[in-house]
Amino acid sequence: MPTPFNAALEDLRTTRVWKSIFRRGPANSNRTRSIAVFGNLFLHWLPVKVREKSLRVRAAYYLGSLSFLLFIMLVVTGVLLMFYYHPAVPNAYRDMKDLQFVVSNGVFLRNMHRLGAHLMVLLVFWHMFHVFYRGGYKPPHEFNWVIGVLLLLVTLFLSYTGYLLPWDQLAFWAVTVGTNIISAMPVIGRKVRFVALGGNIVGENALLRFYVLHVVILPLLAFLFIGVHFWRVQKDGGLTVRPTRDEDGTNKD
Amino acid sequence: MEQTKIEAGFQSDAKKEPRRIVFITRNTSAKVQDDRGPKLMTYPNLLVREAIVFEVLVVIMVLIALFWDAPLEQLANPLLTPNPAKAPWYFLGLQELLHFFPPFVAGILIPTLVLLALVVIPYFKVNVEGKPLWEEHPKKRAGIVVAVILTLLVLLAVFDAWTIIVPTAAVSVLLLSSYQSKASRGWLAVLRRKPLSWWIMTWFIATAICLTVVGTFFRGPGWSWIWPWGTHAG
Repeated sequence: MPTPFNAALEDLRTTRVWKSIFRRGPANSNRTRSIAVFGNLFLHWLPVKVREKSLRVRAAYYLGSLSFLLFIMLVVTGVLLMFYYHPAVPNAYRDMKDLQFVVSNGVFLRNMHRLGAHLMVLLVFWHMFHVFYRGGYKPPHEFNWVIGVLLLLVTLFLSYTGYLLPWDQLAFWAVTVGTNIISAMPVIGRKVRFVALGGNIVGENALLRFYVLHVVILPLLAFLFIGVHFWRVQKDGGLTVRPTRDEDGTNKD
Repeated sequence: MEQTKIEAGFQSDAKKEPRRIVFITRNTSAKVQDDRGPKLMTYPNLLVREAIVFEVLVVIMVLIALFWDAPLEQLANPLLTPNPAKAPWYFLGLQELLHFFPPFVAGILIPTLVLLALVVIPYFKVNVEGKPLWEEHPKKRAGIVVAVILTLLVLLAVFDAWTIIVPTAAVSVLLLSSYQSKASRGWLAVLRRKPLSWWIMTWFIATAICLTVVGTFFRGPGWSWIWPWGTHAG
């Protein structure tokens, strides 16, 4: 039933301005719905059609989507936090106090970013295990599994570099404990640790390095790999779903 | 015949998609690529669902973030070491390993091997069809499995690594009871159909979860055992 609102929307979609922005009129045929996806920069890495089975919640629990959506949320809350943050000692810690007592909704902003980060680590792990049990790594999806492992690493490093930024006791000692492990690497251990920290202890240089990694290098890497990951899902023929029928022809549904 | 679950606008331009009949990879038998069901248009079917998922996620996160504050301790002080000094939760499994094994083994060797193992999973083309572990030569395989498990348990016992022994033993009990089981239905019958890769991954996940939970909640000063509900100094 076309309500007045829907009718108005429909009219809007036939205007020249709308067409100039979206490169199409209303998406009311499969042709225009296809153009809506592959003719749009932000959607073009999606397939034009998806298997009905892969849309079911139990197919993947939307774990990959959730991980990506969390990444987007972390970028948004992270950029907002950057407005209030100086990667220096002891300004970093003071900025945390400012978030707590001065900035409107500062605590909420920090809570969202921290919660999102923990959830993302959790969901990326869960996503990987779920894909394994589904056999999603099997041909032709081999390389996308490898990209996924890289994304897991990037996620862990993103979370870990962010852990240092509040510059409180929790952050300092967590990173000290973690980076001490690097020195156990044979021969080059101490050198690698020196490069990672910009010194022999976790200090101001380490804070700056972790900050740059956290807000520039690792997000860019994540963005790159996520792009490849999604694109490969489409090129490799969509999510792995169970066949409708068994080999003996019995219907599973 | 294409059938859409969600009716959206006109059903025009409906076209049958080509179907792959057979799918043959090296070292495997010809496998019928079965019909994996109809396809729907991404716009709007997938996009609507993604939007719903995003909204649910945001609502849940906002509710949690309103009431659960991020911790903030004292200003970092290199001269004041907390006891225990803990890494973020996802590295506490590693820290628990460090308690048992030398730093090189726990901190470098094991993570590197785990990472390599994860990367080679799709290229490790053994049993691509996912045949159950007990399908062929069950007696011989059970012998090997028991020998491997016992060696592993003895090795772990030498290092006193009992937080690894517990999940390893638990998964072993399930594995061996699936061998013994004659059941044709129920959870043991399901386990009996699992391939070796399933068992290895399940063992890995069980161990990782056990180590992480113990490291997070049950480790106190000097990495000693504590109860999360008990009172302790520090």
